[in-house]
Amino acid sequence: MADWEPIADIAAKVKAGQLKAVDLVERSLAEIAKQESYKAIIATTEDRARERAKRIDAQVADGEDPGRLAGVPFIAKDNFLVFGANTTAASNILKGFDAPYQSTVIEKLEAEGAICVAKANLDAFAHGASTENSDFFTTLNPHDTTRVPGGSSGGSAASIALGMAPFALGTDTGGSTRQPGSFVGVVGYKPTYGLMSRSGIVAMASSLDTVGTFARNVADASIVIDVMAGKDELDSTTIDREQTGYITVQGDLRGKKIGIIKEYMGEGLADDVREQIEKAVAKMREAGAEVTEVSLPSISLALAVYYILCPAEVSSNLSRFDGQRYGYSYADAQDLNESYTKSREIGFGKEAKRRIMIGTYVLSSGYYDAYYKKAQTVRTKLIQEAEAAFKQVDFLIGPVAPTTAFKIGENANNPLAMYLADVMTVAINLIGVPAISIPCGVSGENGLPVGLQLIAPQRADRALLELAKVTEEIL
Amino acid sequence: MTKLTRDDVLRLAQLARISLSDDEANEFTDELSAILQYVEQLSSVDVSGLQPTNQVTGLTNVMRKDEVKDYGYAPHDLLKNVPKTEANQLKVKRMIG
Repeated sequence: MADWEPIADIAAKVKAGQLKAVDLVERSLAEIAKQESYKAIIATTEDRARERAKRIDAQVADGEDPGRLAGVPFIAKDNFLVFGANTTAASNILKGFDAPYQSTVIEKLEAEGAICVAKANLDAFAHGASTENSDFFTTLNPHDTTRVPGGSSGGSAASIALGMAPFALGTDTGGSTRQPGSFVGVVGYKPTYGLMSRSGIVAMASSLDTVGTFARNVADASIVIDVMAGKDELDSTTIDREQTGYITVQGDLRGKKIGIIKEYMGEGLADDVREQIEKAVAKMREAGAEVTEVSLPSISLALAVYYILCPAEVSSNLSRFDGQRYGYSYADAQDLNESYTKSREIGFGKEAKRRIMIGTYVLSSGYYDAYYKKAQTVRTKLIQEAEAAFKQVDFLIGPVAPTTAFKIGENANNPLAMYLADVMTVAINLIGVPAISIPCGVSGENGLPVGLQLIAPQRADRALLELAKVTEEIL
Repeated sequence: MTKLTRDDVLRLAQLARISLSDDEANEFTDELSAILQYVEQLSSVDVSGLQPTNQVTGLTNVMRKDEVKDYGYAPHDLLKNVPKTEANQLKVKRMIG
């Protein structure tokens, strides 16, 4: 496995001419080829990556500054529009889609000298918690190949655990970055809703979608987050970024008020996960943090709220895949309606159809108030409870998922059981606050990684990264 | 407790413009009923006095100037993924008989 230096060091060495971007790209591509059997990657962008690397090395030779991520290779989840390979969202309906422009965050990373080398596997359209809903193949967990890497950004998470690149991008709509981060033992960051532009990312549920970052440590993640954060005129939901930036200095746990979410530590949490979380809490206390139990009484309703709002928004966002504008189009249709219905029947996988149907139901006349509006109103209740909690404490913590990585096939035939994998992450998206999963030991039962979830108030991303960095050091 | 019938599922599929195989229609009848029964736990939650949340940023009326910007894309690039085109436009099947 390639051992990557800290991102800041790689960029500094490239700028000083001590490392060549072309060599970094080759190292990354060689690692991807060597570890192909884990099926983390859908396609490489090798030709374009090599071209970009040459240009960056030439810039350095000419005395120019290629940027803060000079020559740093990265991997993007295949729902980001990227040049150099197709963008499929791991779906048959988008097979062969050749992006006419790139995602804003990809443009920002490239402007600082980063180089995208590959597109990672996901549950098709990011619908899932295991990558088993990919229309192409399931990614294997690097720690145990009979288990899933989590999802939906399972390919991106696995690629970092496998050392294919120093960082990777995911998306997080209901836990899709934090949960796979936890399942494979890497850092997974979900920002405040609106902190990063979603322009050029295949939309899933627009009131919840965020850009996720995977890295091996918090310092690496912070640099990437700092480059990506900020307003974008192409995404009118973006918010102002913190002017001081997101690269954290040395912090301290002393006096930090931290609330452990009582409801997440109750029934349903596996013993081996609980053990690691409790150990982490003990270490945080030793380091001076004031950890108390905090209750969010309605948080157990979050999953039900999510599985109304998310499919509703999915059904709306996926209506654009109609066989006329792009993607798969049924060739033998007799009329326009048949072209729609057949293109969508053949192009969409089962989970996309399931969500479109649920979404159509909860938005349909006669059911809208009982389901959709009710869910939106319970969402308000969740937000108010979180606001009340953040008056008592600076941060919330808890597990990321109720179990360690589950077996491939274990939940595959029971969609509801699969949805339960998101039970400790979806509330964060509904509330819109930032959260991060950091590795906190391995299970005493199966040796698989366990993640600790740290959660901050809205727009407190910088403070959260600081907390994560000091916590990472003591764990 | 909502229990969808196979006809309900076929009607939903029609609304969503998806045709379903017989097997899919049968499977979805059970699966969608189970999912709806799960989310129906919200029906007993007291939300009196609360407004629905549509978005969490607090942003209102994000405006920009209504002006043409050149992003440098040629029509050909933007249309390269379209299944059928004619004269730089999408071509679809006849809509009105």
